[in-house]
Amino acid sequence: MPVDPSLVGRDFPAPASLTVTPERVGAFAQAVGHPGDDVPPTFPIVLAFDAMMAFLDSEQIDLHRIVHGEQRFAYARPLVVGDELSATLTVSGLRQIGGADIIATTSEIADATGAVVCTGKATLVHSSGSDA
Amino acid sequence: MSIVLTAGDVLEPKAFTVTRADLVAYADASGDHNPIHQDEEVARSVGLPGVIAHGMYTLALVGRAVADWTDGAEVVDLGAKFTSPVVVPAEGGAEVVVAGTVKSIADGMATLALEVTCEGQKVLGMPKAVVKHAGA
Repeated sequence: MPVDPSLVGRDFPAPASLTVTPERVGAFAQAVGHPGDDVPPTFPIVLAFDAMMAFLDSEQIDLHRIVHGEQRFAYARPLVVGDELSATLTVSGLRQIGGADIIATTSEIADATGAVVCTGKATLVHSSGSDA
Repeated sequence: MSIVLTAGDVLEPKAFTVTRADLVAYADASGDHNPIHQDEEVARSVGLPGVIAHGMYTLALVGRAVADWTDGAEVVDLGAKFTSPVVVPAEGGAEVVVAGTVKSIADGMATLALEVTCEGQKVLGMPKAVVKHAGA
């Protein structure tokens, strides 16, 4: 089933904020082999993923039918331990190519003051398939 | 920062072996439990050649290479298209190589041109990293 075109422009906040703790950062850094004790640059995907799941759940889209097509991050400042982050995903575009939905999203990740610390732009490729 | 980058510098390629166990650890740390990164049957059911690495795992390897090359310089931009999947076999692993050159140094920023391959094939499209870098 193709994705509803009226989704473009809608916002999907992540259900909860995330406190950047040494444990959380340490686990992520270890999983990707990040050198140093700063926050790895791809760590904001944790929040962006939560916001994406809010979007997929809302639209009853199966995660296993999603492949990540593109991801770009722009950072206003480095994330640091102690940040309390929230994220909101906006569906910025939607098109169909060969039976797949190409969903463009923008996720703004903000700190406790509301300042955007990182903007993530992702393309999600949804293959609706016929075996569902 | 102790490392001085100059436009045109060729950075030492970094090779990483990606195993299924790495993907399980990454799923736990990131929260991305999409079964296409764990389960051969699910991956094939959606038309993939097999279990594939999270695109974000590959991009994290780019971040790791950039951190190594720049001695942990502050990253301002990082991104790529995931143009070809990194297929990770059940036994052994897939080797991902991150190669880079310093494309330009301007306005306190270094822009790196990157090429990321797995088994000789490019897996990222238009990969880009920009870091803060004092100097000319």
